[in-house]
Amino acid sequence: MTIEIKTAKMDTIRNTFGHIARRFGDKPATRYQEATYDIAAQTNFHYKPLWDQDHELNDPSRTAITMEDWYALKDPRQFYYGTYVQNRARMQENAESNFGFFDKRDLADKLPEGMKERLIKHLIPLRHVEHTANLNNMYCTAYANYCTAVAQATLFEGMDRFGNAQYYARIGLAIDGNTGDSLAAAKEEWMNNPIWQGLRAYCEKTLTIDDWFETFIAQNIVLDTLVDNLYFEQYDAWLTENNAGDILMLTEFMRERSRESQRWSDSLLKTVINENRQNADQVKSWISTWRIRAQSALEPLANDLLSDDALAEAYSALATRLKKIGLAD
Amino acid sequence: MSTKKLNLKDKYRLLTRDLDWDFSYEDRKDAFPFEEFEGIKITDWDKWEDPFRLTMDAYWKYQAEKEKKLYAIYDAFSQNNGHLNVTDARYVNAIKIFLTAVSPGELAAHSGFAFTGRHMGGIGARIAAQMQSLDELRHIQTQIHAMSHYNKFFDGFDEFSHMHDRVWYISVVKSFFDDARSAGPFEFMVAIGFSFEYVLTNLLFVPFMSGAAYNGDMATVTFGFSAQSDEARHMTLGLEIIKFLLEQHEDNVPIVQKWIDKWLWRGYRILTVVAMMMDYMLPQKVMSWKEAWELYFEQAGGALFKDLERYGIKMPDYTDLIKAEKEHLSHQAWWTFYTNSQATAFHTWIPSNQELDWLSEKYPETFDKYYRPRWEMAKEMADKGERYYNEGLPQLCQTCQIPMIYTDVQNDPRDIVYRSTKYQGERFHFCSDQCQHIFENEPEKYVHSWLPVHQIFQGNCGGPGGLEKVMDYYKLDVGKANMDYVGSPDEERWKTWKGVA
Repeated sequence: MTIEIKTAKMDTIRNTFGHIARRFGDKPATRYQEATYDIAAQTNFHYKPLWDQDHELNDPSRTAITMEDWYALKDPRQFYYGTYVQNRARMQENAESNFGFFDKRDLADKLPEGMKERLIKHLIPLRHVEHTANLNNMYCTAYANYCTAVAQATLFEGMDRFGNAQYYARIGLAIDGNTGDSLAAAKEEWMNNPIWQGLRAYCEKTLTIDDWFETFIAQNIVLDTLVDNLYFEQYDAWLTENNAGDILMLTEFMRERSRESQRWSDSLLKTVINENRQNADQVKSWISTWRIRAQSALEPLANDLLSDDALAEAYSALATRLKKIGLAD
Repeated sequence: MSTKKLNLKDKYRLLTRDLDWDFSYEDRKDAFPFEEFEGIKITDWDKWEDPFRLTMDAYWKYQAEKEKKLYAIYDAFSQNNGHLNVTDARYVNAIKIFLTAVSPGELAAHSGFAFTGRHMGGIGARIAAQMQSLDELRHIQTQIHAMSHYNKFFDGFDEFSHMHDRVWYISVVKSFFDDARSAGPFEFMVAIGFSFEYVLTNLLFVPFMSGAAYNGDMATVTFGFSAQSDEARHMTLGLEIIKFLLEQHEDNVPIVQKWIDKWLWRGYRILTVVAMMMDYMLPQKVMSWKEAWELYFEQAGGALFKDLERYGIKMPDYTDLIKAEKEHLSHQAWWTFYTNSQATAFHTWIPSNQELDWLSEKYPETFDKYYRPRWEMAKEMADKGERYYNEGLPQLCQTCQIPMIYTDVQNDPRDIVYRSTKYQGERFHFCSDQCQHIFENEPEKYVHSWLPVHQIFQGNCGGPGGLEKVMDYYKLDVGKANMDYVGSPDEERWKTWKGVA
């Protein structure tokens, strides 16, 4: 049995804004559409940026990638601010309850002998990698500002990565009795242990890239795919085998988030390479450059973290992902 | 079994500040290349005091709560045709200005804070800027969603984004944000973070939101309440950036003083439209512009600058002028829009007798003497069927881009102020000494101003062929979105909905 309350339906004079109607017709639009499409300034800029006199303030020519319509790079998750924060709020609630459970059951004390030291050496330093990812995605937001569909998605990605960095730090606090000692020790590893230096150099290098789409490739495609495979597939399995599977509760946020975010970056890259031949060639060239750099960067870490075969397996995951996107060698 | 609890400050330091590191493999200047060219000296980023210690998970949690409530109200507002509850359809013109002129500024701020949030060398400042970038995105998106319902029932909202890049009076606001975004990261932070957010928020955001509250606009005022805590965060960031720059090095003081002088003036010029909105556009008035200025600037701003004195910062020397202008600003602005409303995306009207009396009461020194006779004359002409429109195109100030409407309020308020200067053989015109000084400090920047009237004359706004072509270029729905409220389709629909003949 359903009941129906009568409401006054009023005739509208239009269903949506002009720029939305020109794309999708004058019909009721979604909130994602109205929040995203064609809201960024396109033309008639007043001044040249003092920090880059060769470009306009919002300028698609800051990247070698070209698009007939940049808004084709829409987010399959349809994240605008409201849906983004509400989604992440649900995920953080889950993370909070995992951290709470870990703490309440004293799971840190139940970790096998030597495991805390290994986590400090291998897992906690990832917060610095996440911080790099934060900066790199902010870089994309700052320069993709002519297309809100891209700029907002990279902003969400950037803030997510900052959130990840803080979660890694909290894992440290969860295993060191909330003293922060583990974080100092992990930073020491990041700064001085040879196993991390290649990756640290890679991170520093990505922060000096000029073309924001190259930044996107070096960070969100090449490095993230490799690191995610190493940690969320292989290291997870190792932890489980070595009676430290409880740690997976504390990285669940990062793992789930990464899977979800890949849907977006896959779709974005696919659209870019299918746009024209030059895009595809340019992307391939960037991927091959950064793939080589990542190899030497990650090798000492992967060998120490898992085994001498680990990095090869991560590269095969990268190849699979690229193939799925349409970037087979 | 937590043995020792870190205090909040230490915990935040570990969770945030400690994420960055000293580079070993690249020159840090290549990663943060814009820190020095403005002349600002940063000796120690560690001295940055985090203005709010919000971790990302807490941010998601609080903001999601606010969004959930906000959108519940939006949904209820639409479902129940909330637009019928505003005091009068004339009110809606105030939020047309908000959507076309202010909201795109939020997106510009989002973009500017993303830039500084990437490029400042200190992580504490970066993260605060990044969160503000995210907040500003929130603000434009929630504003669009609030106005989305009005757009279905009123003219003048539908082309807000297209107009933002083109329409003459909107270029005033666009040039303001373009000016800030094209500056270096520290000037941007002072311009938007301090001058705009900290000093002027109460004179822009608050009047629009209070106007909504007084006039039954539940969607907009709910947005206002929801954004209040964001604004509070932005204000603390604005104050921290100023204090930080001033404490870092004494050489920063004159640079910061120059920026404060420039940006308070730039911001104040924009407030002209707020003054007019408060005095003329709200059927139910909140307070007069003059009262708002006295409350929020003369009192609150005075205390702020007292506080900054110890750093060697002085109140800009034009505050006496502003004080005198508060008696005139709104009247000059509404008259300008009334006489040019064939080219505005909102309606204008002659104040009712009751409103004229209110203005006389609020502006005893100036209204009856200078402005009331004008409105009485306008009414006489309109009654005779000779409604006055200004046919010519106004001369614009090269800096603020506002037509030359400001008068010499300290001497003879009937004289328009004209200033000009020569640069590279060309003459440039200004509305005030202050706008001229701003130009003279950076002429190479301001010669590039995209001045709408110049552009029309050069045929860049729809080509030659007169104002009709320009209106097409603006996508201005002539006869619907512009000119008098009386007789407009907005009025007609309103009367039908309300059952008034």
